[in-house]
Amino acid sequence: MHLLDNIRLALSSLWANKLRALLTMLGIIIGIGSVIAIVTVGDSLTGSITDSLQSFGVNNITVSLQKKSDSDSSGTSVRMFGPESPDEEDLITDAMIEEFRQAYPDKISAIALQQSLGSGQVQQEDTTVQVTAMGVNNDYALANDLNLMHGRFIKDDDGERQIAVVSDVFCESVFGSSGASVLGKDFELSVNNKLLKFYVVGIYEYDDDGYVSLSNSDPVTDLYLPMETAIKLSGGSSGYQSFTVVAAAGTDTSAFLTQTKNFFASFYTRNQSYTATASSMESMLEEMTSMMNTVKLAISAIAAISLLVGGIGVMNIMLVSITERTREIGTRKALGAPGIAIRMQFIIEAVVICMIGGLLGVSVGVGLGAVGANLLGYAAKPSLAAIALAVGFSMAIGVFFGYYPANKAAKLDPIEALRYE
Amino acid sequence: MQEPIIDMRGIVKTYNLGMPNELEILHGIDLQVYPGDFMAIVGESGSGKSTLMNIIGALDKPTSGQYTLDGVDVSQAKDKELSVIRNQKIGFVFQTFNLIGRTSALKNVELPMLYAGVPAKQRTERAKKLLEMVNMEARAKHHPNELSGGQKQRVAIARALVNKPALLLADEPTGALDSATSRTVMDIFHRLHESGMTIVLITHSQELAEECSRILTLRDGRFIGERKGAGRSASLG
Repeated sequence: MHLLDNIRLALSSLWANKLRALLTMLGIIIGIGSVIAIVTVGDSLTGSITDSLQSFGVNNITVSLQKKSDSDSSGTSVRMFGPESPDEEDLITDAMIEEFRQAYPDKISAIALQQSLGSGQVQQEDTTVQVTAMGVNNDYALANDLNLMHGRFIKDDDGERQIAVVSDVFCESVFGSSGASVLGKDFELSVNNKLLKFYVVGIYEYDDDGYVSLSNSDPVTDLYLPMETAIKLSGGSSGYQSFTVVAAAGTDTSAFLTQTKNFFASFYTRNQSYTATASSMESMLEEMTSMMNTVKLAISAIAAISLLVGGIGVMNIMLVSITERTREIGTRKALGAPGIAIRMQFIIEAVVICMIGGLLGVSVGVGLGAVGANLLGYAAKPSLAAIALAVGFSMAIGVFFGYYPANKAAKLDPIEALRYE
Repeated sequence: MQEPIIDMRGIVKTYNLGMPNELEILHGIDLQVYPGDFMAIVGESGSGKSTLMNIIGALDKPTSGQYTLDGVDVSQAKDKELSVIRNQKIGFVFQTFNLIGRTSALKNVELPMLYAGVPAKQRTERAKKLLEMVNMEARAKHHPNELSGGQKQRVAIARALVNKPALLLADEPTGALDSATSRTVMDIFHRLHESGMTIVLITHSQELAEECSRILTLRDGRFIGERKGAGRSASLG
């Protein structure tokens, strides 16, 4: 008896008991659906974050201050500063960075410094354009992969000049154009309760990092000022809470990461409250991936229980179905069906139930996953591997839980079966 | 004389062998059915009719004795071989038709060929030809629950003949039918008999048995006599 005939037979007998088949599939649908939904959301999250992290460059190492009381969660990087900011003497100084630069001259391609001023407003006629203002050095553009459209970037010898590099989005809002003609124009920036006039010297292309914007309003873009200008505006503090090192091409980033961390931590051995730590995109990704994997594992365990229950349901319904069809089995045997053909028929029926359940579960899961990913603001990325695995796994459940009932059917005595009322 | 299709010698069937409730149903049956025979086996209920039918039909094996069907030793066959014998050598016609629901008459007729591994195209062609023979070609697409009893039995006969068996084994084929449709079914059997088919009909009805060429009467697990039947003419009188 051929596979296709068996599948057709299985479908027709499921069709005869539609509601029953659907209820039986429910356990499988829920199990597979929840796994796919979680994996879809997780992968979309990881994928989007990976994309945006990747735009910062794979060779980037971020050095930042970390409160010492938190240092038991060693090496972690994403940790934000607590309510109180570090004092000025805790900050990483230019002298430390200079020493670092001299210690590893051939491993460092660039050191991007930034001095954040927080949010600023530019008043233009009746609209207010929001920006994030920060002082940067020349290496900042390299470390952050900025694409300069017109003009030039901030240079290290710009001193306290009141010049700015702005985004094309900013130019469109403020000047109504993002062409080269904007270069040299001025605007008034209000930041830190000060109102100052700045001249545009460069325009960079705004990259939305792949985030799905939920509102139609323009994004808040970065506005770059010369470092010394920013230090003056912020009130004279000249250290850094964090900065980015771009490792030279060909450098082993993870080894260099450890060296960098040890180098800066050595400055803080006697500091009571702070230490320096270093992290790279890679280490952040690893951390995030391991977190996601833990979540996936937990969900998979729940799904496995749901699939087990679903499988038992399938076995139960197969036993019922075989009892109902005892006479049919007897007839088939009388017509010359060998035991193996009967066994095959019922295993395939169980596999078909499970596979339809698995496919329905996949569609439910992909749907829910897409909704979930969109709610979180990421583009949905259904995992093909997870889908293939889910369908394969549901088929395996069919074989496993279908075998016992099918074997029971195959072993029925034809005389008894034909006599069965 | 020709080799018999059915050659049974000293067939004994005992249930619950070796247990306190051991029960011997058949006490040494000898039976020879030759090609072209239309044989009736008549008996009251409890005579061992069904047990004998199960053994003839290779659904069950005798406890002792020798049974050869169309040259194949059934008494020594394994389960797997029995299913091949049933598939290739025997065509069953049941009292309750035993068509498979949820599939068309055509698919029902194709079923024995499916287990014989006949390719799909040939299956359909042959099944259609046999449905034509029993005048059911117009209802080939109908499901069993859309057919009357007589129609069902005609489909069942087509199904029994589809693998060109050596023996057509009918168990009370008209037991669930009214007299008019019984007539149609018996006429098909006569036609098959005339074309040389070997048929064994198991029944409790003397009237039906009279239409056969040979009549064997079974009582308490033994044959108590054989006589000649009137053949088809019995139905015309």
